[in-house]
Amino acid sequence: MIDWALIAESWPLYLNGLKVSLILMAISVSASFLLSVPLAIARVSPNPWLSKPVFLYTYVIRGTPLLVQLYMIYFGLAQFEWLRESIAWPLFRNAWFCAWLAFALNSTAYTTEILAGALRQTPSGELEAARSLGMSTATIYGRILLPSAIRRALPQYGNELVMVMHATSIASAVTIVELTRTARDVYYNHLAPFEAFGLVAVFYFVITFALVGLVKLLEGRFLRHLRPMSVPSKAA
Amino acid sequence: MSMVMAAGPVEKLRAEGLRKSFGTVEVLKGVSLAANSGDVIAMIGSSGSGKSTVLRCLNLLERPNAGRIIVSGEELRLVPDRRGELDAQDPQQLQRMRARLAMVFQQFNLWGHMTALENVIEAPIRVLGLARAEAVARAERYLARVGVSHRKDAYPSHMSGGEQQRVAIARALAMEPEVMLFDEPTSALDPELVGEVLRVMRSLAEEGRTMLVVTHEMGFAREVASRVIFLHRGVIEEEGPPAEILSNPRSERLQSFLANSLK
Repeated sequence: MIDWALIAESWPLYLNGLKVSLILMAISVSASFLLSVPLAIARVSPNPWLSKPVFLYTYVIRGTPLLVQLYMIYFGLAQFEWLRESIAWPLFRNAWFCAWLAFALNSTAYTTEILAGALRQTPSGELEAARSLGMSTATIYGRILLPSAIRRALPQYGNELVMVMHATSIASAVTIVELTRTARDVYYNHLAPFEAFGLVAVFYFVITFALVGLVKLLEGRFLRHLRPMSVPSKAA
Repeated sequence: MSMVMAAGPVEKLRAEGLRKSFGTVEVLKGVSLAANSGDVIAMIGSSGSGKSTVLRCLNLLERPNAGRIIVSGEELRLVPDRRGELDAQDPQQLQRMRARLAMVFQQFNLWGHMTALENVIEAPIRVLGLARAEAVARAERYLARVGVSHRKDAYPSHMSGGEQQRVAIARALAMEPEVMLFDEPTSALDPELVGEVLRVMRSLAEEGRTMLVVTHEMGFAREVASRVIFLHRGVIEEEGPPAEILSNPRSERLQSFLANSLK
């Protein structure tokens, strides 16, 4: 038997958890997107002094679990006295800051690789055309390389957004009361695990499909040029 | 060079002693050529003769190992890089000179994420500094000129090869360049689409535009070019007016090349 009254009663708590999860996701992915654009450019650079450090960063981050990274930042760093006495301590003492930092660093690694892959797929002829018309390197990046790579990366980036959304549940491990933590609290208080976790699953499910739908909309807008045409042009 | 030309044709482009090696293979062994205003120069030669490389050295898409490049009297300042290839000393001078030598490629190389119109206005806005409205007016004029106005909102992947190549020609025209470089512009086209591109190129030649065309189309070379250059293994083997070169080839190599090429 499902306790609908309990669900109705705890609904406001879930809405609050949803808000927290969405804010965490939004600040994390905006930071990671901004960081990953320059890092992806460095990652595909022919200069090893630029590309290797970025590779090392993404390799280490992608090679360790996000939960471990969050523990390292929130609990691990606090062990060092020099940090506790530095002016950065109020930040590292703050669960929100640590969660944001861990999620942003983690998502930056994945987004950088996605973008770098898309940059490498740029047809070399498009670059030559841009060069042959006298475009500067900055113009080529700003107008040709990045716009076309970001478009190509969109389907994969959509997956990354969903992954970050689901990963925000890990913030519950450092005292942040987001969706998953809300569900656990409801479970502890009422000992109704099916209601508590079932409802949170529905929340995640709905957000995930909203995100997928949003990305599909963006793809429809920005990937028109990759869609096959039903009727090829007859004009000649 | 500070030679003053009293009258007559104006020199638009000159290359002297271009050399280029890929690894240990020397593909250009000192190629010199000059194009005056209104010249249509057809470069012919078998594949591997280095004719595309000549073109690509002129705008430094390929870095020559030696040589000089002069566009309308302005010499491109070159310095050797670590591998002994010549790079532009001043990137801005290179960009300025490239803008005056617009190129049309075998594979069209339109920017896939932009419509035909966006492809044509991009460089005039970003490189020449035109206002958007002005660039759009110019683009529409040239798209009409090459007969693809009706496709201006189409993306490259939705156009036929012939349409894409004509948009690419419009993109080059919109730079209002001093010399247009064509790198085998019809080689990637289905046979039935070759004609539409050649017709556009012929009408550009008739307008008096200066063109340097690497081509396998002997008919085009014969009927449209004012001069033909035959390149063989990285050297100019023969050059002159098409009637002379193509009808009375002197060297054995050109004779056998012409005998083997479709006419």
